[in-house]
Amino acid sequence: MTTSDTHRAIDAVWRIESAKLIAGLTRIVRDVGLAEDLAQDALLAALEKWPESGVPDNPGAWLMATAKHRAIDTFRRTERIERKHEELGHELESLQELAVADLDAALDDDIGDDLLRLVFMSCHPVLPREARTALTLRLLGGLTTDEIARAFLVPEATVAQRIVRAKRTLSERKIPFEVPRGPELAARLSSVLEVIYLVFNEGYTATAGDDLVRPALCEDALRLGRIVAELAPEEAEVHGLVALMEIQASRLRARTDPTGKAILLLDQDRGRWDQILIRRGLSALERAEKLRGANGPYALQAAIVACHARARTGAETDWRRIASLYDALAAVTPSPVVELNRAIAVAMAFGPAEGLKILDTLTLEPSLKGYHLLPAARGDLFEKLGRFDEARTEFERAAAMTRNARERELLLERSRAHSGDSPQ
Amino acid sequence: MRYMTLYKPGIENEMPTEKEMAAVGQLIQEMAKAGTLLLTDGLQSSSKGARVKIDSTGKFTVIDGPFTETKELVGGYAIINAKSKAEAIELTKRFLKTMGRGESEIRLMQDAPAFDAASARPSGKASQKPRGKSAARA
Repeated sequence: MTTSDTHRAIDAVWRIESAKLIAGLTRIVRDVGLAEDLAQDALLAALEKWPESGVPDNPGAWLMATAKHRAIDTFRRTERIERKHEELGHELESLQELAVADLDAALDDDIGDDLLRLVFMSCHPVLPREARTALTLRLLGGLTTDEIARAFLVPEATVAQRIVRAKRTLSERKIPFEVPRGPELAARLSSVLEVIYLVFNEGYTATAGDDLVRPALCEDALRLGRIVAELAPEEAEVHGLVALMEIQASRLRARTDPTGKAILLLDQDRGRWDQILIRRGLSALERAEKLRGANGPYALQAAIVACHARARTGAETDWRRIASLYDALAAVTPSPVVELNRAIAVAMAFGPAEGLKILDTLTLEPSLKGYHLLPAARGDLFEKLGRFDEARTEFERAAAMTRNARERELLLERSRAHSGDSPQ
Repeated sequence: MRYMTLYKPGIENEMPTEKEMAAVGQLIQEMAKAGTLLLTDGLQSSSKGARVKIDSTGKFTVIDGPFTETKELVGGYAIINAKSKAEAIELTKRFLKTMGRGESEIRLMQDAPAFDAASARPSGKASQKPRGKSAARA
């Protein structure tokens, strides 16, 4: 094995082991920043030793053992300093006892619980949203600061600072390393799910182009989602989110043409949809439904994308079911954008006039002012109703609003198609 | 990135012991929990299979199993998500350690979704760059 082979192997081991390592260490030292430092120390030791000695048989255990020794050294050092100051606190004493006596047990037991605690800590609402995302990708996704920076198109120093500040905030505010219980759990869990879905969307909505890093975020988010789903298997919305992401990701290779131009859902080649991910998504959705959690916003959105995934052709789409799922979604998380999507589903299920009725209620909605998809949807329905003059006006309006050149072109094309038509 | 690993146990027709089954079951569960395992299954004895060949004249030959070259027989497969070939190798080592014998062939899948091809981060690891074709598509 060459040195660079070894370095690649170490990279891989880090990717696989770092979250567990940091989680286990955080439980012992009660400080996520210190835990990460210890884990990094172990990594440095590996980079030093493994090129000579070879990668050990059980690299994860090697890193754990090394980090443990560093932890004990740190405690002893701290203890000496504390003694010097004659301020030996009880907390430290008990930590020291734990460290020496039960360190092995502490690290090996309940690693799953520790990981879940780390997830909740990284996504703690006390942190700004960007910090939560960066910290989660770094501690649980095993990404480097540089990788996070490139994925979110911000300077590396910015990400590094966000992470440093986040760790300091967690420490200063004495955020406990625990899984929230009772009424707090729901709110805290939704913060976790929000972070994961944010990562996913950052990758999913990234425009296809030169940057190959951002779409990898979908994979990172999926992996995080699957991990959390197994850590908190009783939480229906986690499975809902995983289902939503798996099914959306199943369409990744079908939603752009070779030039990078977007292909609309109904025009996609369904043969290119990834059946492995669809299958995983549908079974995750089933898990959510079995937990009677099918009414959460993620599970509802997953159920909607599942309707598309189940349809072998666009014509087979169960629009009535989609419309009723949007009804439910609008009841749980009412928003003008959900309403817009509901209108489109209703139009597909019950005819364009019914959809138009809903869209008409949205034209005065301030948050949709400048949102080109509203006039685009109205134009589409006017067109279907044969009201071509109104359709043309709406397409023109939408074209003026969109910032995407390709989309504008498409809308103007549609408006020109009716330029010769006489008013109805 | 998405890899397929093909496991060749090196022997055939030997039913795994209960202990082996349990160990593999636990490993599969762990990998599923880590979000890396997408799909896996074992293959039954080659005596239940066949080989179909076509020659240059378009003529078919069908040979029923079992096949003799046991070293080359695939006993199972897994489709895994890995950030790099090195990670796929690490994950495969864990599997082989559980099995205690045989070898696995690791192959990068061709028609991986666009984001999979893109996930080889261009961080100076020349050997991990995605193939040109997929990269252009992503």
